[in-house]
Amino acid sequence: MKPFTVHRGRVAPLDRVNVDTDQIIPKQFLKRIERTGFGQFLFYDWRFGADGKKNADFVLDEPRYEGASILVAGKNFGCGSSREHAVWALADFGFRAVISFSFADIFANNSTKNGFLTVQLSESQVVELLQRAQGIDDYQLTIDLETCEVRDDQGFRAKFPIDEFVRHCLLNGLDDIGLTLQHEAKIAAYEAQHPAPAVLKISRP
Amino acid sequence: MRAGLCLPPSARCEKLCITVFLSEAMAVRETLFEKIWNAHLVAQPAGRSPILYIDLHLVHEVTSPQAFDGLRAAGRPVRQPARTVATVDHNIPTEPRGTPITDLIAAKQIAALQSNCKEFGIRLFDMDSPEQGIVHVIGPELGLTQPGMTIVCGDSHTSTHGAFGALAFGIGTSEVEHVLATQCLAQQRPKTMKIDVRGRLADGVTAKDLALGIIGQIGTDGATGHVIEYAGPAVRALSMEGRMTLCNMSIEAGARAGMVAPDETTVAYVKGRKFAPQDADWEKAVSYWRSLPTDDGAAYDKVVEIDGAQLCPFVTWGTNPGMVAPVTGRVPEVKGLGDSDRRATELALQYMDLEPGIRIEDIGIDRVFIGSCTNSRIEDLRAAARVAKGHHVSSKVRAMVVPGSQTVKRAAEQEGLHRIFQDAGFEWRESGCSMCLGMNPDILQPGERCASTSNRNFEGRQGRGGRTHLVSPMMAAAAAIAGHFTDIRNWKFR
Repeated sequence: MKPFTVHRGRVAPLDRVNVDTDQIIPKQFLKRIERTGFGQFLFYDWRFGADGKKNADFVLDEPRYEGASILVAGKNFGCGSSREHAVWALADFGFRAVISFSFADIFANNSTKNGFLTVQLSESQVVELLQRAQGIDDYQLTIDLETCEVRDDQGFRAKFPIDEFVRHCLLNGLDDIGLTLQHEAKIAAYEAQHPAPAVLKISRP
Repeated sequence: MRAGLCLPPSARCEKLCITVFLSEAMAVRETLFEKIWNAHLVAQPAGRSPILYIDLHLVHEVTSPQAFDGLRAAGRPVRQPARTVATVDHNIPTEPRGTPITDLIAAKQIAALQSNCKEFGIRLFDMDSPEQGIVHVIGPELGLTQPGMTIVCGDSHTSTHGAFGALAFGIGTSEVEHVLATQCLAQQRPKTMKIDVRGRLADGVTAKDLALGIIGQIGTDGATGHVIEYAGPAVRALSMEGRMTLCNMSIEAGARAGMVAPDETTVAYVKGRKFAPQDADWEKAVSYWRSLPTDDGAAYDKVVEIDGAQLCPFVTWGTNPGMVAPVTGRVPEVKGLGDSDRRATELALQYMDLEPGIRIEDIGIDRVFIGSCTNSRIEDLRAAARVAKGHHVSSKVRAMVVPGSQTVKRAAEQEGLHRIFQDAGFEWRESGCSMCLGMNPDILQPGERCASTSNRNFEGRQGRGGRTHLVSPMMAAAAAIAGHFTDIRNWKFR
């Protein structure tokens, strides 16, 4: 996993609440069996018309937000389905982080597995950042996971909360599975006491 | 104090937890969730998320291929094939089985699951299996889902299985790979929320209406970070099918999981099912299950009370499940709302092509979908058939019934429900997720308006430009016949 330490980048505002994963990556693109290549389909139904032509007025396609790597959005971002494809699409499009004042649980969980940061700020701070991203040309933010701080060049500065272990994994790009398997002896001991039901065992082909 | 387990992660160390646990064990009063959580803790490394053992991992074609690729790349086996069960449901057509799959990308995804299951030794209920079905329908009906278990699946509606008093939640593909490799998950401990539903639901008011009523009250993020335990007389009175519908929709309130404590209804449902414990194991299992309900006096992080007797049949009018109104009510006015709500409401009404303030019963529909992991079980189909019997679908409506599994389909056909539906002009199809998410050919056309028994009314969910209104199976059947929403409490049953 790609470590996340300090990231500075252009900010795109998505002034909507309850942005669900069906909007982030519509279901017709979930049939791919790879982890890559989802960025082109990000927010597809908002970005493209039914004829496949780009909607000129969708915020991410405004030239001033080209190359943005930080998205700021309203509450309950990532609600709905568990599809990790939503995180893959955001990351593949070029985003490294989303800032909101609340996230759906599964989306937030999926993000941490992909070196993608969900930054939780207060409602008033998010409103402020939305306004700055809309009002200031080439508005940039720095997200510092070392100090758990978001700051800009115009004097905005805010701390954000994050689980200490999740932070540790993100800073170091640690593989979750390897970490769990460090507890092999305990897993094996648990399994010895709780064997899998015989009725579910099938012979290997 | 509830054992050492409620200490913040930074204060946790295994020695401390064990000491506190032993010294206070007799005094501990635990919720259903806490009992299951504590029983599955494999390790609690200092400063890290606790590691939870997973009893049952359900797998389907859409969220698993990248996980199996990850295993191959790392040279890891599936740790517990006997705790892993797969089926195909999201993509598959509901045309008669044997019809070739014309969507080549879907066919490739299905083929990938087939070869992955073969390679890693996983039991697969495949397209041609008499037990194929939606993963959240077949788990319970095969007796795989049992009280006290931890159950995960790469699908947010895994919360369904909580109806049995299991801790069941949806995960993403990285976590699917994690469970395949380790049979464990590193999880931060969620908070607990009790939703106490007093009174009794009136005739015509179903578990679906209860779920919609709750989400309408607490919002689509009202339970974020929490595991809900549904309790109270109105929940106790629900059948297992009703409890599954209720727990299924927990995720639409943002909850990590939903649960109902096991009771005699639960035990009677599980007994004798294909993978349920047998003989001496059964007795042992039941006695464990009876120890699971929340202890008197155990505390929750949050408690919500709902008056079940006040609930009525609901219809969603907007683009998330919290945008809901009584069938006798109206689409909301936007004037008077705060800025944020006003904008969200305006966007929703614009997408749904609805005028503020119109009566719900005046909304005409084009399509009806009865199915999905929320409402495709035998009891749902019986309820819808009772409404449809002796009536005919409106000439301007196309209506389809998609049973949740082959087992449900056979049971319905044995009871003659398919004849009732077909005589009334409903299509009777093969089992799968179908138009709940429209990954197969069952989709809405742009602008079509659908009364759906599924769980999400997000923009484009059932097909780009499609407009979804969530309702109960009875309300969907009645809307199919009337051509518009109508209050099931006034229905003329024939």
